[in-house]
Amino acid sequence: MMEKAGYESVMARRAEIVRASVGIDYAQYETGTIAFDYERLLADTGYDVESTRDIQGRTAVGNTPLVELKNITELARAVAGPGKGARIFVKDEAANPSGSFKDRRASLSVHEAKKRGYPGVAAATSGNYGAAVASQAAKSGLRCIIVQEAFDSRGVAQPEIAEKTRACEAYGAEVIRLSVGPELFYVFLRVLEETGYFNASLYTPYSILGIETLGYELALQVKEQTGRLPHTVIATHAGGGNVTGTRRGLRKAGAADTTMIAASVDLSGLHMASDRDFNRKSFTTGHTGFSIPFSTWPDRADVPRSAARPLRYMDRFVTVTQGEVFYITQVLAELEGMERGSAGNTSLAAAFAIGQNLGEDQIVVVQETEYTGAGKHPLAQLNLAKRMGIDVARGDPRDNEPGRRIVIPQDPSQISVTEVNLDHLRRSYLRNARSSLPEGAELGDVDFEFLAADTRGSIAYVKEVVDELSGKSR
Amino acid sequence: MTERLAKGTWVEIHRIILLPGERAPQVPEDTRQLPLEMRVKGFLVEHAALGEKVEIVTPAGRRVRGTLSEVNPAYSHSFGPPIAALSTIGSEVRGTLSERRRTR
Repeated sequence: MMEKAGYESVMARRAEIVRASVGIDYAQYETGTIAFDYERLLADTGYDVESTRDIQGRTAVGNTPLVELKNITELARAVAGPGKGARIFVKDEAANPSGSFKDRRASLSVHEAKKRGYPGVAAATSGNYGAAVASQAAKSGLRCIIVQEAFDSRGVAQPEIAEKTRACEAYGAEVIRLSVGPELFYVFLRVLEETGYFNASLYTPYSILGIETLGYELALQVKEQTGRLPHTVIATHAGGGNVTGTRRGLRKAGAADTTMIAASVDLSGLHMASDRDFNRKSFTTGHTGFSIPFSTWPDRADVPRSAARPLRYMDRFVTVTQGEVFYITQVLAELEGMERGSAGNTSLAAAFAIGQNLGEDQIVVVQETEYTGAGKHPLAQLNLAKRMGIDVARGDPRDNEPGRRIVIPQDPSQISVTEVNLDHLRRSYLRNARSSLPEGAELGDVDFEFLAADTRGSIAYVKEVVDELSGKSR
Repeated sequence: MTERLAKGTWVEIHRIILLPGERAPQVPEDTRQLPLEMRVKGFLVEHAALGEKVEIVTPAGRRVRGTLSEVNPAYSHSFGPPIAALSTIGSEVRGTLSERRRTR
């Protein structure tokens, strides 16, 4: 019996546990050695934007306000060049029942779990998504288990995660709190196997289709309020679902020409599975520790094929510093009267800088906010940082150094974005794709087509890079 | 004498899931030297005292065994004191806006 629950043994049963828990046979979508029919995987769920909106509406998810940030726009214009400074809007997703856009992602999963007769839902998440799943499960009468990476070896809980524990428990969920490490997935598999619950993974088609309504609503609201479509939409980027679902929804609303920008907090230098670094991040999501690996290999997710494929959907990918996000969070509270969580404001910091390069008649939309409160507030995060020996001071944000120094800008003119080189990410993706190939397997035409779509490159580009990589490894 | 807790008391249990030698191969050096620990809350199945091996029923209805580590665990996360590096941002940006509005 011990053997059956051991690490190696459970991980070896991973495929069958996941198949039973999401009810999708991913094998039927394979079309090549590496290719799969992504659009059919999504379409087979039977949900479109209208039916998703209907389901979300039944639990008061979605239809959140679109708010024009007139004072922040004016502040950006005060530091921008003449005639520059786009109108900045924000989609106030904190108005969802559990306080974030994650309710959209949870709604279809929980709806599907209920429809298929699963006794409960489970999710592996330390962030807002846990509260969203717990909230949706509460409403539909399903039991719920959330597995979190919550505390370090000294027993110190990340305050934002401690708040998520409280929120999940408030919604009646069981919360399994773990110390630091990727074996959280092993514990999660054991829970799924033991309970027979539905796996409300962030990476299933349900989770992505649930976000399409965000992009869709946003485009309609901008059109209604301004008579035009947004020039740019910026999404805080971690696992890739936010960028993927929002862009798909924008297209479905006719905003095909809107530029989609992914934004993450730069946490370079901190190791995501390190016990030491765990409480030195100051952000639990929306950071490069997730967004870089998930952009360069989406299928590292907890389902065989991730429905979040960010490189397909982003036009640009930028990073901002921790200090810039804390600064803009304070500005949002004091100039717009909106006290919201910092991680969600990552894209607001980016919008503040990016809007300054656009004309005053253009529109930039920050597509989410999240709730704030004890643990999730900048004060809680910065007090923890200070306790961990991290320097917190005003200065030039270029001197920000994750894990050592959080630099709050002296002046709004210092807020800027750093471009992530998409070609580097594409090459890294193709390198990962190549190394995922079974021994002796070859890529066929359908695989090259798939890789081209996944990287938004041409087939010729993909072939050239793959040849180059093969040459190097010989 | 340790205090006996009544059956049905809301508690937290602690359990080691993986010993240092059992950690996943991709785990970094510092984490690999530590056990993977688990904490779960629920209602005590039988009366017990802190430090004893117990069984709880979780809010999802699962029965889980472990060492009784906390009774009626508090939510102690908070805001903490104000942070000086944030406290003047509001007046600074309001100043920038009024200056702009005055000169336009």
